[in-house]
Order: sequence, then C-alpha cells, then structure tokens
Amino acid sequence: MSQTTQDLPGTGPDGTKKTPAGHSATEPASPARREAKSTTPNLFRLLLRDKFACSGAVVLFVVLLTAAFGPALMGDLATKQNLLFANKAPFNPANGWEYFLGSDSLGRSVLGRLVVATRTTLLVAVPAVAVAMLIGSLWGVWAGYHRGWRENASMRIADVIMSFPSLLLAVVVLYVFSPSIANIVLILALTRIPIYLRTARAESAELQSRTFVDAARTFGARPNAIIVRHVIPVVTPTILTLATLEFCYVMLAESSLSFLGIGIQPPDVSWGLLVSQGRQYLQTAWWLSIFPGLAIVITAISANLLAAWLRIATDPSQRWRLAVPGRKKLITRIPAKESK
Amino acid sequence: MLTYLRKRIVSSALPLVVVIVGVFALARLTGNPASLYLPLNATDQMRADFAARNGLDQPLLVQMADYFGGVLQLDFGTSLRTGESAAAMALRAFPATLQLAATTMVIAIVLAVIVGSWAALKPNGIADRICSFVSMAAASIPDFWLAIVGIWVFAITLGWVPTSGVAGAAAWVLPIGTLVMRPFGALVQVVRGAMVSALAEPYIKLARSKGASQSRVVTRHALRNAAAPALTVAGDLTVGLVNGAVVVETIFGWPGIGKLMIDSILQRDFAVLQACVLLTALAIFVLNIVIDLLYALLDPRVRPASAASRRRAKASRAAVPAQSAPANA
Repeated sequence: MSQTTQDLPGTGPDGTKKTPAGHSATEPASPARREAKSTTPNLFRLLLRDKFACSGAVVLFVVLLTAAFGPALMGDLATKQNLLFANKAPFNPANGWEYFLGSDSLGRSVLGRLVVATRTTLLVAVPAVAVAMLIGSLWGVWAGYHRGWRENASMRIADVIMSFPSLLLAVVVLYVFSPSIANIVLILALTRIPIYLRTARAESAELQSRTFVDAARTFGARPNAIIVRHVIPVVTPTILTLATLEFCYVMLAESSLSFLGIGIQPPDVSWGLLVSQGRQYLQTAWWLSIFPGLAIVITAISANLLAAWLRIATDPSQRWRLAVPGRKKLITRIPAKESK
Repeated sequence: MLTYLRKRIVSSALPLVVVIVGVFALARLTGNPASLYLPLNATDQMRADFAARNGLDQPLLVQMADYFGGVLQLDFGTSLRTGESAAAMALRAFPATLQLAATTMVIAIVLAVIVGSWAALKPNGIADRICSFVSMAAASIPDFWLAIVGIWVFAITLGWVPTSGVAGAAAWVLPIGTLVMRPFGALVQVVRGAMVSALAEPYIKLARSKGASQSRVVTRHALRNAAAPALTVAGDLTVGLVNGAVVVETIFGWPGIGKLMIDSILQRDFAVLQACVLLTALAIFVLNIVIDLLYALLDPRVRPASAASRRRAKASRAAVPAQSAPANA
C-alpha cells in the first residue's frame, strides 16, 4: 500500500496518461475529472478480463441480490416449522428443494434461514463500512491537510479508539440501549473509523506538500475547496480499496459479536448467529453451523479478491498490468500474483 | 535511548488514561451488579448494603478517585465474584494468553517467511498463485467457525485431541491451529510482496554476479531487507493476540485474559475488568518498544534516537491494515 501512496500522486502533476487502453483525456482540470472520464468505462471491461476478480464480483452481486429479494421469496420458509422434517441431513433430494441444505431441530429449512440471515448480515456490514468510511476518510483528509495540532489531536483520538476494548463497548450498548441492528452498526462503525482516519491522513499529509496542491493554494483556493477538488479525488481509490477489505473485516466482527451473544439477537438471524446456534448440535447436525460459516468464508474471499484487483485497477501507475493488449496470459496471471 | 523512552511514555500515557477512565465509566453503565449477585427477592436494604460494601453507592467521581488512589498504591481492588484480588486474577490468566500468543506468532512467522519467500522466487508461477490464494483464504476464515470445524473434525469425529482445556500438549493443537491462520495469511502476503520487490533490487544482481549462492542471496540479502514491513504487520498482529483471543479462548475454555475479560464484563466484575485492561495496555506498551528496538537491530538507518520519525513511518505504514500490505511487482 505504501507503493500506492507513492504512486498515486504521480497522476496529479504529470499530464501523461499511463493507461494504454485508449481514451486520451482531454484537458484534465483536476485529477478527479480525468479519473472519472477515463476509468469509468474502462474499469468494467478490465474487470471482465480478470477471472478471479470477476468471480469475486459475481459472488458479491449474488449475495447482494439474495439480501435484497431473498427474504421476500423465502421468508415464510425460514420460520415455518415442520417437525416431520426435523434434523434432516443435507443433499438429499427426497426431502425436496426446501431441505436441500438440511433442516434444524424444529424442522426449519437451513436454506431459508441462510437466505434471511444474508439480509441481516449485509444490513450490518454495509452501513457500518459506509459510515466509518465517510467519517473516517473526511476527518483524516482534513487532519492531514491542516497538519499541526489538528493532526496530532486526531491521531491521539484514533489511538484511544483503537486501544479501547470493543467488546465492552458492545456490551454497554447492548445493556444500556437496545441491541438493535442500528446500534451494532454504530459500534462497528465507531471502532473502524481510525483505520480510514489513519490512511486518509497519511495520504493527505503527503499530498498537501505536492506542487499541484501548492499551485491551487497560490491561486488563492480556500482549504476546503482544495480538499474537495484536489485531495479527495486522489485519496478516493485507496479508501475504496480499503473499504472493500474492511467489509470483510466488519462482517467477521459482526459474526464474532453475534457468536458471543452480544451482537444480533434472536429472533433475528445473521450468519454468525446461525453458526453459534448450530454449535450445540455439532455432533448430531453438523450442517447447522457449517453452511453459514461457509457463506461467511466465501463472501469474505470474494471481497478480498475484488479488493486485490481494485488496488491495481485504481492505481494509474499499475493499471496497465491489467490491460496489456494481446497478452491474455499475463492478464490472467497478474491478479493472482498481485493479490494483496 | 532515555529520550526515546520518555517520548514514548508521554505519547502513550494520554490514550492509556483516557481508556482506563472510559472503561471505568462505561463498565458502570452496564448495570448494577447487585441484581446479579443478590437473590431475586433481595430487599432494598440488602441491595443498599451490597452497594455500600463495594463502594458502589458513592458518586462516580468519588469511586474513580478511590480507584486511582488505590492503583497508585498497587491496589487494584477485589473481585465481586470471588473476593480475590483483581490483580492476582489478571496476572494468573495472563501467562496462558502470552503462551498462546507467542507460540502462535512464532509458528506463523516461520511458516510465512518460508512460504512467502518461496512464492516470491518465481512471481506469477504456479506456487505463487497457490500461495496467494491459500493465504487469502486463510486470512478470511472466521476463527470461531474454524474452531468449531476443528472440534468437529479432530476432536469429535477423529478423537485425536481434546475439545477444550489446557491439559497436555494435544490440547494446544486446536487453539493454536485456529489462531495461526489469520497471522499466517496476512504475513505470507506481506513477506511475498516485500521479497518480490527486494529480489528486483540492484544489490541482488550484484550479489548474484559476485557468485553468491541462491540460498545466500535469499536469506542474507533479500530477506533481511524484506523483514521491516513484515515486522510492522507482525507487531500489529501480536498486539491483537495479546489483547486476548476472546473467541478462541471462550470456545476452547482457555483460561486466558480474553476469557477473563469477557467473563468479568458479563458478570459486572468491574475491578477485574479494569485490571485486565491495565495489564494488557501495559504489555502492549512494552511490546511496541521491543518492536521499535527490533527495527533498529534490523536496519542500521533506523535508530531509537529518531523515534519520532519512526513513529511517523509506522503510522503511515500501519495506516493500512495487515491484509493490504505492499503488493509491488
């Protein structure tokens, strides 16, 4: 990542495009505009050319669709109890498709519960990442641009948050407020803000001494305008990549909290809670906790693959690796090698 | 060295104090321990007595002043649950966590250096791609799930190891196997990335042209230069482990500080919780100093005298979580 930090600013001052994939940008006013013009159509095509990242994106898309429409289609299935079908083993077509992934001790379909849990899991992870990213990166960019006491104070606050036992925070919220999804989102967002804060601060502190920022300052642009027009566009790719990785982390963190009994509370279900509930039936019904865990692992790996690709794709000095024409071998190879 | 220590203490003192005060206040927000420790039909008088006996009837500020007064005299209070000294309980649990953390990190580092360097020898080769995918998968598996699968396969189905406890060497296998995964996955990626860029440096060509053997080039020239980024990430990972691997300790019934912490949170055992937080914060403080010294040992350019610049360098490097370590070609 330090590589990215050094390379990114290279896009700012020098006007040459390093992407050989065409689209020579016409008179870029700011890095932001050039990024937007040249990469938006490119990125999608680049993604299609990369098997690993593409499959990761497809999996994430399917998970997203499941979360959006699954509960409406399978909500009844998840709560319907049928004691005749209790503790059915998975992969037995004789039980019908509803019980393809088995059933729990009350005869509820594991498949249905997994689908419903998908929505809860995403409803926690996505807003938590979004909130932490917005607050943390804006704060970090601001602190890094101004340096001095604002930077020091921000870093100390980040230190405090980082060294605070997040479990305690979760328990406090659980007992003092209600253990609702919104509160869990708040805790997770709060504890992850320092990650973005530090990254954004480091990049922005480095950027503010660059010539193009200096030039803007000389022209009399106000700090906020410089931050919005010149600093944020350069920092954005790094932050977005980081957010993809963080999605993975936040999902695991929510699962851990739910597993310990201080996250999502029944009757809501999340993947982590399903693993936890299935734990006591491990000897008799392994599928109850194995499948939700697999769902977590697959989603996490997909997010990781996509993040690894994003890191190269959003870095103008490395993007050419993904787009070398006529050398398919290299193109398919790079992502695996470049993974994180 | 002394200036360095002084700076270090000053810069970590403030966060530490804020955390302790925060823990103190937040813990008391979680509810009155009286309703947990007294029978359901306890009278108001009994509740008042209980609060008075444990100093819980005082205003929060007075309680806090009392507590910090005690801490200065190395009195960390007594546990509500057992009546034992909180410091003794925390100190008894800590070695178990430290042993677990140390063993895990040693195994993870050794494996990661071997696998990562091997993968970096031929970037884009088959071995490299397999290593990349395996390390990514290892870093993405939730530890509680891995622990459960481990118990199911190795303890229940095969019966090779016990499901929990600390008796005998076999009991160590599952907790360590579970904990090793994430540090291993993260470190392989860092070591590989750093080794790939180190092996592309001119001094490697020079060493090769001098006729140095492959193993000498890799271990003496490249690895030594690739060690710094790996050390940063390894340090952060160790901090996480020292903080107590709560989930893994809970599942395997490991009597470590993480389990003690979550138990004391759930049991409203405030003194024990505060002792645990203090102890781990202290350990992490020492650990960070050791990491700084290791840096100086590895790289003559980094000397403890310039601790400030090193901290700045670390901040920018640590700004990025373990997984997204340098991935240069």
